[in-house]
Amino acid sequence: MTVRIIYLQLQCVWSIAKKNIRIYYSKGPVVIFGIMFPIFLFLSFIIGRELSLSFLMPGLLGMTLFFTSTAISPAIIPWETQAKTLERLMSCPVTIPTIILGDILASFIFGVLITTVPIIIGLILGMTVAFPVIFALSIVLAAFCFSSLGLIFSATPTSLPSNVMMLSSMIKFPLIFISGIFIPLHQLPVWGQAFSYISPLTYFTDIARHSIEGKGRLPIVIDLLLLLAFTVLFLMIAIWLHKKTMPKRI
Amino acid sequence: MIDNIYAIEVSNLSKRYGKVVAIDNISFNIKSGEIFGFLGPNGAGKTTTVRIVTGVINADEGSASILGYKAGSLAAKQDVGVVPEMANAYIDLSGWNNLMLMASLYDVPHKTAHERAYHILQELELLDRRYSLVKTYSKGMKQRLILGMALISDPKILFLDEPTSGLDVQSARLIKTKLQSLNAGGKTIFLTTHDMDEANQLCNRVAVINHGKLVAIDSPEQLKMATSSLHSVEISFIGEPDFELLSKLPNVSTVNIIGDKFKLYTADPGELVTSLVGFSSSNGLRIVSLKTLTPSLEDAFVALVKKEAK
Repeated sequence: MTVRIIYLQLQCVWSIAKKNIRIYYSKGPVVIFGIMFPIFLFLSFIIGRELSLSFLMPGLLGMTLFFTSTAISPAIIPWETQAKTLERLMSCPVTIPTIILGDILASFIFGVLITTVPIIIGLILGMTVAFPVIFALSIVLAAFCFSSLGLIFSATPTSLPSNVMMLSSMIKFPLIFISGIFIPLHQLPVWGQAFSYISPLTYFTDIARHSIEGKGRLPIVIDLLLLLAFTVLFLMIAIWLHKKTMPKRI
Repeated sequence: MIDNIYAIEVSNLSKRYGKVVAIDNISFNIKSGEIFGFLGPNGAGKTTTVRIVTGVINADEGSASILGYKAGSLAAKQDVGVVPEMANAYIDLSGWNNLMLMASLYDVPHKTAHERAYHILQELELLDRRYSLVKTYSKGMKQRLILGMALISDPKILFLDEPTSGLDVQSARLIKTKLQSLNAGGKTIFLTTHDMDEANQLCNRVAVINHGKLVAIDSPEQLKMATSSLHSVEISFIGEPDFELLSKLPNVSTVNIIGDKFKLYTADPGELVTSLVGFSSSNGLRIVSLKTLTPSLEDAFVALVKKEAK
């Protein structure tokens, strides 16, 4: 690919992301699964308990970023299949990775924007962040990672977004409980700790605990590197799967 | 761009879905500036062919190219505008935003995109509704917008899969007129249709496809002429002609009685008219009306598809 082609495809990524933002941010399932659900889940966890802000915030941020970043990306392609807009998109001069990255970018922006809300509230309430640059980098990396994971869910060649939402919920919820959101990793049983390392959410939550609570389970560099590795892995799997399944959708 | 007299080249293309053969070793070339019709019954393989040539799906075997570029490559897609069958515009965007989205995906400069979109919407009679969400458009308006979306990049080649299917007369006529003017402006058009009149009016050449195989490919007039046994002469007389004698006239294959008229099928209508004039005078009959009927494209299509099925 020449530099000019790469530049044009990146422009297309942004055009597709803008289209997704305009269409899908206000869709019911996005608002319910991306915002309402994690809020109520978190409230049910904290109400009636006396927990410190520095303990609560890493979990809240991890959950918010995870749910918001995986709220849109799994459903866009099934929605496009259902609305019969995918064939037109595929006939345009764009590659399948470009379509995938456009969907990831829309999901990424949604995740990062919504996550800034609890961060601002936390800062107003007195939360401090020890490593602001590393923490910001981890938010960017994790949002990209979770959005890519969402695209893996959407590779199922169905035109029903509800099917994909169900499948993604089946995987997302167990991850919440083994990733140090509600229970710190060292309090998990051994098998729980072993499972926690296959969840990319674990590494973001650990970085958040390093930054806000002042302590974490793994060295922060290892957390970042593993988050990056998961991001690359999920992105490659998503592109590989969609190259196989996208033509079957039409 | 590679200089090529053919806008579209398709060579030995095959595609299977499981055990079903969607298209079977088809080949054809389309010259630049042609309107090429692709006719066939439902499930014949028309849409599969369009999808392969426009790069949406891959063929199992064979190759296709657009202006010398491999079908499906970014260079090939850049020169093509597509109106897919059953496709939709984004209903949660306005007509204007749909056009702008397409313009950005085809790298049309911002100012050009605005000017072109305004002009296209005006021609397609959608300008007043350009800021309305597409979900509020009628079917005809949506289809006109989809044509507009295919035109925003000013492509050299247009693919239209059943563009007027199920539309009201006004929208269908508007689209047909637009296609004629686009072709007059030099665009190559690949059109799949069920509508024989549409193919007859618009196309320089048509291909008939059935069960994934190309049955015939020629100009509409040549296809009609090829089905020579479907030529007929319709005649009515004052007086009662002998049906037996009539059916034994030279070059007559079949005689049907339609009301007070006789319809005689023949491969040589000119000779038959001469015979009928002689027949009427020698039998004391007077000819009230006589007309020769050439087969319609629909007749030719049905005959070709039936022949292939046998």
